[in-house]
Amino acid sequence: MSTRTFGEPVKRNEDRKLLTGQALFVDDVELPGMLHAAFLRSQVAHARILKIDVSKALQRPGVVAAYVADDLGAYWQPGPLLVPPPPIKDIVFNKRTQVPLAKDKVRHVGEPLVIVIAESRYVAEDALDDIDVELDQLPAVVDLEQGLSDGSALVHEDVGSNVSAHVHQSKGNYAAAAAAADRIVKRRFRYEHGMSSPIETRGVVAQWNARANQMTIWDTTQAPVFVRNGLAGMLGLNERNVRVIAPFVGGGFGPKIMMFYPEEVLLPWVSMKLNRPVKWIEDRLEHFFATTQERGQIHDAEMALASDGKILGIKDVFLHDGGAYDPYGLTVPINSQCTLLGPYVVPNYDSTFTQVFTNLPIVTPYRGAGRQHGVFVMERLLDLAAHELGIDPVDIRRRNLIPPDAFPYNNEIIYQDFAPLRYDSGNYEPVLDQALEAIGYKTFKDEQAAARQQGRHLGIGIACYVEGTGIGPYEGAKVQVQSNGKVSVATGIGTQGQGHFTVFAQIAADQLGVAVSDVDVITGDTDQFYWGAGTFASRGAVVAGNAVNEASKVVRKKALKLASDLFECSEDDLVLENGRVSIVGIPQKFVKLGDLASQANPMRGAVEPGTEPGLESTQYFGPKMGATANGVHAMIVEMDPRTFELKILKYVVVHDCGTVINPMILAGQIHGGVAQGIGNAFYEKLVFDDQGQLLNASLADYLLPTALEVPRMELGHTVTKSPLNPLGIKGAGEAGAIPAGPLFAQAIEDALDLKGRGVELLEIPLSPSRLFELTRKAQR
Amino acid sequence: MTLPASAMKPAPFKYIAATSLAHALALKAQHGDDAKFLAGGQSLIPAMNFRLARPAVLIDINAIEGLAGVRSHAGAVGIGPLTRYRALQRDEALTKLYPLIGEALPHIAHPQIRNRGTIGGNLSHADPASELPAIAIALRGRFRVQAAKRERWVEAKDFFAGALTTDLQPDEMLVELELPSPKPRTGSCFMEIARRRGDFAIAGVAAMVTLDERDACAEVRLALCGVDETPVDASSAADGLIGQNLSEQALSEQALSEQAIREVAACLQKMIAPAGNVHATADYQRHVAGVLAERALSTACQRVQDGR
Amino acid sequence: MDADRHEITVSVNGIHYTRHIESRLLLSDFLRHDLGLAGTHVGCEHGVCGACTVLLDGQPVRSCLMLAVQAKGHEISTVEGLAGKDGAYHPLQQAMHDHHGLQCGYCTPGILMTMTAFLDENASPSEDEIREALSGNLCRCTGYQNIVDAVMTAAMRMRG
Repeated sequence: MSTRTFGEPVKRNEDRKLLTGQALFVDDVELPGMLHAAFLRSQVAHARILKIDVSKALQRPGVVAAYVADDLGAYWQPGPLLVPPPPIKDIVFNKRTQVPLAKDKVRHVGEPLVIVIAESRYVAEDALDDIDVELDQLPAVVDLEQGLSDGSALVHEDVGSNVSAHVHQSKGNYAAAAAAADRIVKRRFRYEHGMSSPIETRGVVAQWNARANQMTIWDTTQAPVFVRNGLAGMLGLNERNVRVIAPFVGGGFGPKIMMFYPEEVLLPWVSMKLNRPVKWIEDRLEHFFATTQERGQIHDAEMALASDGKILGIKDVFLHDGGAYDPYGLTVPINSQCTLLGPYVVPNYDSTFTQVFTNLPIVTPYRGAGRQHGVFVMERLLDLAAHELGIDPVDIRRRNLIPPDAFPYNNEIIYQDFAPLRYDSGNYEPVLDQALEAIGYKTFKDEQAAARQQGRHLGIGIACYVEGTGIGPYEGAKVQVQSNGKVSVATGIGTQGQGHFTVFAQIAADQLGVAVSDVDVITGDTDQFYWGAGTFASRGAVVAGNAVNEASKVVRKKALKLASDLFECSEDDLVLENGRVSIVGIPQKFVKLGDLASQANPMRGAVEPGTEPGLESTQYFGPKMGATANGVHAMIVEMDPRTFELKILKYVVVHDCGTVINPMILAGQIHGGVAQGIGNAFYEKLVFDDQGQLLNASLADYLLPTALEVPRMELGHTVTKSPLNPLGIKGAGEAGAIPAGPLFAQAIEDALDLKGRGVELLEIPLSPSRLFELTRKAQR
Repeated sequence: MTLPASAMKPAPFKYIAATSLAHALALKAQHGDDAKFLAGGQSLIPAMNFRLARPAVLIDINAIEGLAGVRSHAGAVGIGPLTRYRALQRDEALTKLYPLIGEALPHIAHPQIRNRGTIGGNLSHADPASELPAIAIALRGRFRVQAAKRERWVEAKDFFAGALTTDLQPDEMLVELELPSPKPRTGSCFMEIARRRGDFAIAGVAAMVTLDERDACAEVRLALCGVDETPVDASSAADGLIGQNLSEQALSEQALSEQAIREVAACLQKMIAPAGNVHATADYQRHVAGVLAERALSTACQRVQDGR
Repeated sequence: MDADRHEITVSVNGIHYTRHIESRLLLSDFLRHDLGLAGTHVGCEHGVCGACTVLLDGQPVRSCLMLAVQAKGHEISTVEGLAGKDGAYHPLQQAMHDHHGLQCGYCTPGILMTMTAFLDENASPSEDEIREALSGNLCRCTGYQNIVDAVMTAAMRMRG
């Protein structure tokens, strides 16, 4: 039996529980005496709170309590700033974070006003009707430009404007580049990214045990360690008395790492106050307002070029819709700002953004985390420039790619990890060539012409991107061999389907010579592992994976040392495989790993100074900076020229995320990301009216792609190892979702010959109706 | 649609499982608009979960005998209201007689919904985007409506009064959809545009063309869904086609019939008043209604020759 | 007002349960919380996502769109009843495992119930037919491709 599983498509350890309906999700937690919470949420986007009267609700049979902001006393406070503004010169940042229950003012539809506790969710919802609320409605800030104009209503009066942040970053000298340019292409772009919409919404169960002085919280969070630390502080408990468990979580995609959600803050407090366990499960309607989302940016961008298509510089001024509060700092727009540069040489760059407060739900990272917006602007500018200069859109990209000998490549401006944006490694041209080969780029023009003869309108799109992944601060892992020979791996991050139970097991299994199925991975339980940051920003495999590797290496060394003492031979004469340590060439002289573990925890004899009992080790890994992955997507679509309906005929992804731990799991991540990208580009749109009301707050009208909208995808990959970690891996979780926007714009323009008709697609999402309106406008 | 931002469990109600049609009608007579019939529940229960619908009494009619099934009698076909979409899809004899129904059913939601949803529920719910109301009109269907002490017939074209509003009185139940026997030498076609398969129609067109023995167009039925508050009978838009030669040869020569069909579509576009929604502008709805009308009519003409 | 309660007897995975429940209790909540069969998941409660799909007398239905009281006298099948008593996978469960057809696993029970019923009626489905049958189940993680492959493989294995 081979023990080299790293790089193999090993099937998943976690599948059985999930396939048989035995996996524990938060709503599966049932505790004796458990109560249920429901929230009365604001139905208007902006208003002063005049009165909230819960007395009638308290009289309803089955209702145990109802709390408003004032009932929380000193416990009521705005949440912490999770990500402070990066160290950028002249940065403006106005911190205004969300509160557990609205006091004085509501600032977005869905902001919670009252929490009702009852014997069942049904009764709690009945009680919401009993609550008397008087709001003095105010005009809502929804449009970004209007929000920044004089006389606009103010989301936070004390800020004096709706500016949440203002950031200017630059490298080189754009003005000089523009002066020397043969061509400048300038446009306004609008990009909207939507909601994560995991199939499992959020949920919290809080159980206070007064006698044990123990608070246990089940939470669909992507960051159990931070939630534990923060809640312990808020509740006045020692961290050791708080346990946060993120069990199986049904999809995260970013918004489940946002903290502290009002519900996370309130449920434990209620449990302590009532001395009973309490559960809150977000329903789908709430999810549209109560969980964070991404939305839109408006970019006024220009690119200065030489006549051969070489980029001389880019200038971009953009507005970013941050929502009513800004707890996540500037992560999303900084990602847009940095990821815009892509895999290209951009010698001069001048980028300014304003993050705007609006009366809409909070914006925090959702798979891609602002990268989509930047990639759209860059890729569209290149397409527009290519058209104006008469250059093939692939050629203009090729001419500007960063060459393979230029790494590490310093883009100078500050990235979301607060360090200057440096690409650690990359080899971009082979990725592009592989994608072109796979999509059949060379022969497509002929195919397109032949199809047109038959009245069919085909079009092709190519898009390139670079993705910063695997950022710090760090993660840790504890690896332990148990007496039965099974290996336990515990780490502080949470898991939402990425295959951690298998991928981390593979890493440990390879180091320790055991079967992958004999490695039991524990994630998301703060009692099992104390330290960590969380699952976000495509960093799980990179950071936690490397921590698992480091810890496994130490355990391996310990095992070999013990065995060499036992057999009185050199460690070099030993081999570790199939769960046993044996002497090279004498397989009958072996000791089982489990037995070695028992021997390392003797009932007699002392543990010598400088040693520890057992075969275990805890190690941490903190990368200096993020590792840069990259990819190219290519797509062929067919358009109905009269109805503007779209069908994807072929979709290719070629990706480079360094060393691959499990190609099957990697492919799954790409598939899922592409599906979300397709949703973002052509189906998912949050439609808010000018009073901040969401007009399509249901899954019937917020359109997630189904098996009929997502095509079969062809994947390829190249491997450019990262020099930043021993395993050479880069993150891959978000890659599939990033370039869909420009891909669709390019392919649709090509299929319908829009450029020739004077129509440019400068916005995402698109739809058949929108295409109809855009083409009609151009005909006027 | 703005919803109360707070509820997804139904409000309380009294549930009664009716044991017979008489029982159900007596209950409805007693409670009027405070009661709703529960058939498939695929439209009613989501509305109740959102607390948009809050009936005080729910009369479950699923156990009532004799309300499901397809019967033919004297030159007509009667479909019971409790007949599930799934059963209709699998009824080869029915879909052969009325291909419009067979062609529309895959557009109704998804298999799980079609296993429970009923044709009676669909017609009574009268969603403006629903396909079957438009098809009932195209086929010149009529509905038998019963109350405890009363029975009457309503033509499909008179049944749909407004968005989610029908001619049903507070004490009445739709108990049968009757379709006349299809005429020979008839071809039909149903087409729909929706954002995803099974979503509410942005526009849907049911077209039916009947030729006489000399291949001249004898009758055209045209009905649309999704483009107005109610299904729209746009058959008169095709008046100009009556008498036109629509033989196989005429169609293959194309020129005359293509122009004629385009004129029908243009006329039809003036007969509808789409309101637009989050998925499409009113102008887009009107535009694709015309495109679908052209395509559905052309296909219907082609299909006459295939005996469809 | 007193709650409107009814006594019902329902057969779930071949076992009869008798309970006294409120008329408005959704079948999804009844299965999960009253019977403790938490494998059926809730995703939207308005009939779109399909995560709550169970079989009613062998046919896939959305349990969030049924009242528990309507299940009286019917046979419900949930994901807990799919594998054999000895834990042996249904061919579709095995194929989903082999093809990595699940990531977070939340939509998976609904997909298993929908597609096992589909395979019982369609022994040799095409990819298009599979995708159409799957279109009433939303998955946010997998992009569906591996699920389609799993259904193809299961069909092939079930044909022997």
